[in-house]
Amino acid sequence: MTDDKLTRILGWASVGLGTPLLLAPAPSVTALGIGDGPQQRAAVAGVGARELVAAAGLLGWGSPPWLWARVAGDMMDLALLGQAIRGRAVTPRAFMTALRKDESLLRTAAATAAVMAVTGVDMYAAVTRSLGSKRRPRDTMVLTAAVTVTRSRNEVYARWRQMENLPDFMAHLDRVTTTGPQTSHWRAAAPLGKSVEWDARITDDIPGERLAWQSVDGSGIRNEGEVRFTPAPNEQDTELHATIRYSLPGGKLGKAFARYFGEEPHQQLDDDLRRFKQVLETGEVVRSEGAPGGKRARHEFPQHPARPLTDKEFAEARS
Amino acid sequence: MKANCWVKRNTVRVENVPDPTILNRRDAIVKVTSTAICGSDLHLLDGYVPTMQKGDVMGHEFMGEVVEVGPDVSQDKLRVGDRVVVPFPIACGACAACRAELYSLCENSNPNAGLAEKFFGHPTCGIFGYSHLTGGFAGGQAEYARVPFADVNPLKIESGLDDEQVLFLSDILPTGYMAADMCDIKPDDVVAVWGAGPVGQLAMDSARVLGAKKVIAIDKQPYRLEMAERVGYDSINFDEVDVRSALLEMTGGRGPDKCIEAVGMEGDHGSGPIHAYDRAMQASRSESERPHALRQAITSCRNGGVVSVVGVFGGFIDKFPSGSWMNRSITLRTGQAHVQRYMKPLLRRIENGEIDPTRVITHRLPLQRAPHGYDIFKHKKENCEKVVLTP
Repeated sequence: MTDDKLTRILGWASVGLGTPLLLAPAPSVTALGIGDGPQQRAAVAGVGARELVAAAGLLGWGSPPWLWARVAGDMMDLALLGQAIRGRAVTPRAFMTALRKDESLLRTAAATAAVMAVTGVDMYAAVTRSLGSKRRPRDTMVLTAAVTVTRSRNEVYARWRQMENLPDFMAHLDRVTTTGPQTSHWRAAAPLGKSVEWDARITDDIPGERLAWQSVDGSGIRNEGEVRFTPAPNEQDTELHATIRYSLPGGKLGKAFARYFGEEPHQQLDDDLRRFKQVLETGEVVRSEGAPGGKRARHEFPQHPARPLTDKEFAEARS
Repeated sequence: MKANCWVKRNTVRVENVPDPTILNRRDAIVKVTSTAICGSDLHLLDGYVPTMQKGDVMGHEFMGEVVEVGPDVSQDKLRVGDRVVVPFPIACGACAACRAELYSLCENSNPNAGLAEKFFGHPTCGIFGYSHLTGGFAGGQAEYARVPFADVNPLKIESGLDDEQVLFLSDILPTGYMAADMCDIKPDDVVAVWGAGPVGQLAMDSARVLGAKKVIAIDKQPYRLEMAERVGYDSINFDEVDVRSALLEMTGGRGPDKCIEAVGMEGDHGSGPIHAYDRAMQASRSESERPHALRQAITSCRNGGVVSVVGVFGGFIDKFPSGSWMNRSITLRTGQAHVQRYMKPLLRRIENGEIDPTRVITHRLPLQRAPHGYDIFKHKKENCEKVVLTP
C-alpha cells in the first residue's frame, strides 16, 4: 500500500463513495436529487465502479497518474451534475428561484459544491505528488562506470585493493581504515555536513580480475561494490568496470543522500574513476586554480576563478 | 603580481593577483618574459566560449624562465633557470592519448573533464587561461605562471634565439603547421587558406615549407592580405570578389586541392543575408557558430580534396553542407593542435631559417596595456595582426 498519507485518504474516500453508488444506485440518485430513471441509475453505478477502480490504483500504487485519474473523474462528475442542473434551470436567476422551491435541486447543488471541493484536494495532491515524484529517492541506487588505465591489471588491482587509498580519488569518502584481512571501516561525508560510517568486508578477491565488497549488517547505509579488471584490446592496458549499489534508507537521510549524488549519480563515479586513473598514470589527482580541491572539483561550481590562490585559499584547498 | 583578467563579456583588466604556487608535485613556476594574445582569446573575451568566470587569468601563449620546480620534477628534465616555451595544451605524457602524440586530448590534465564531457561527449585536455571547461587553469598573460607536468610539457630553448622567434611555438606556429600537416600536401598542390590572421599566415608558411606549389590567402582585411602577398602568396578579398569564381579561375576550374580553415566560430561573410542569418541563429542560441568559412571551404574544395580545420568551434552549426562533403569525397580533418608533437621539429625549422614566425608581429605592448591590445586585435584597428605583451 502507498505510504503517502493524502493519497491513502483519497483512496479510502473513493471506496466510501464508490461502494454505495455501485451497490445502491436507487437511493443514490435520490440523495443527489437528479431524478430517478434507468439512465440516471446507470450513470451513478458507472461512477461508482470507476471510483472503486481509482481506489485500487490509489491504495495499491499511489502513483501520480492515479491522482490525475481522480481529477479527470471529478471533471466528469462536475459535467454530469452540471447537466442535471441545466436541465431544470437555464439562467442563474431561474436557478436561484428554483432552488427555493425544489429541494432535490438543492441536493444536486450541494453535491456539486462538494465535488468542487474534492476536485481542489485532488488537484493539490496530483500536482504536488507529480512534482515530488522525481525527487523521491530510489530504494536502491546503482552506479556504474568504466575507465581504461595504461597500467597492467595487477597494478590497477593492487592499487584498488589497498582500500585506504580509495579516499584519495573517491569524492564522497573521508577515510577507509583496514581492520582485518577482509574487513575495513569506512567513513563518508554525508549531506548537511554530517558523516556516515560503516564496516565492510571483502566478499570476492581474485587478484588482477575482480574485487567485491559489501557493508556488514547493521550499517546505516547498506552498500556493496564490485570492480572488474579486464585487458584492453591492446592486451597491455586495463579496463576497469565498477558497480556500486547503495540501499538508501527511507526518510530524510535517504532523500538527502539521493540529492547529494545529484541527478546523475553515474557522473560522480565516472569522475572518481578518472581521478583513480590520474593517480595511477600521473602520480596524483590533478589540481587547477579553478579546482584546487582536486577531488572536490564537482562540488565547487561556480569554481574559484582561474587565478592563483591566496595563502588562505591554498590552505583551505589542502585541508 | 600583475595579470590580465577576464572581468565580464568584452572586458579584460590588468589586476593585482596572488603569485602562483605549486599545486601538484610535477608543477613548475615560470617567470613570464613574453606572452601573446591569441585569436581564440577573442572568443573568450566576448563570451562565445562558455564557463569563463570573473577573475580568470587569460593567456595560453607564453614563455619565460623557470623559477621554481615541484618535488617530482627531476633535475635532468627541468631546472630553475631554464628558459622555456610552454605549449598551450597541458599534457600528462602518460595516458593513451599522450602516447599516441594526441596531446590536446590528454585524458588526465583536465580537472573539469566531467563538465567537458557534457559539452563534447568526451573530455579534452586542460588548457591555460581558457575557461573552466578546459580545467580552470590560470593563464600566462601575467608576470608568473604555474605549469603542470613541467617535466614533460615545456620546451627548453638553449640556443641564442630571442623570445619573439620562439614564443609562437607555444600555439600559433604548431597550430598553423598542423593545419598544413593534416592536408597531406603533395608537390603540385594548390592550398587555399581561409583567414589571414596569425594562424592563417603561419599555416601558409607551413604549407609552402611542406611543398605546396601555390598558396592562396582569403580574407577581407587589405592589410592582412598584403602581409600574405609580401611573402609571395596569392590573395582573394571576399569583400571585393566572389570567392568561388576567383578560386575556379586560379585553379583552372578544379578548386584548391587542400583547404585550410583558420577562422572558426565568429567568421565574417561577404554575403549580407547569409551573415545576417547566422548572426540571428547565434543570437537566438539556435547555433553557436558562424561557420561561413567552413561551409565555403567544403564547397570550394576540389573533388577528393582535404579540408583541414584549425579555426576554433565550440558548439553546433547550422546548414552544414553534408551533401557536398559526402558526395565529393572530401576529407575533413581537425583538432586543437597537438603542440608537443611539433615543437622540436619547428624549433629546428626556425633555427634553419625555413620559417620566420616574427613576420606576423605588428604590436609590442607592455602587459599593463593588454586590454588595449585586445581592443585593437578584435576590431582590426591600427592594422593589428599579432600582439606580443611583455610583463
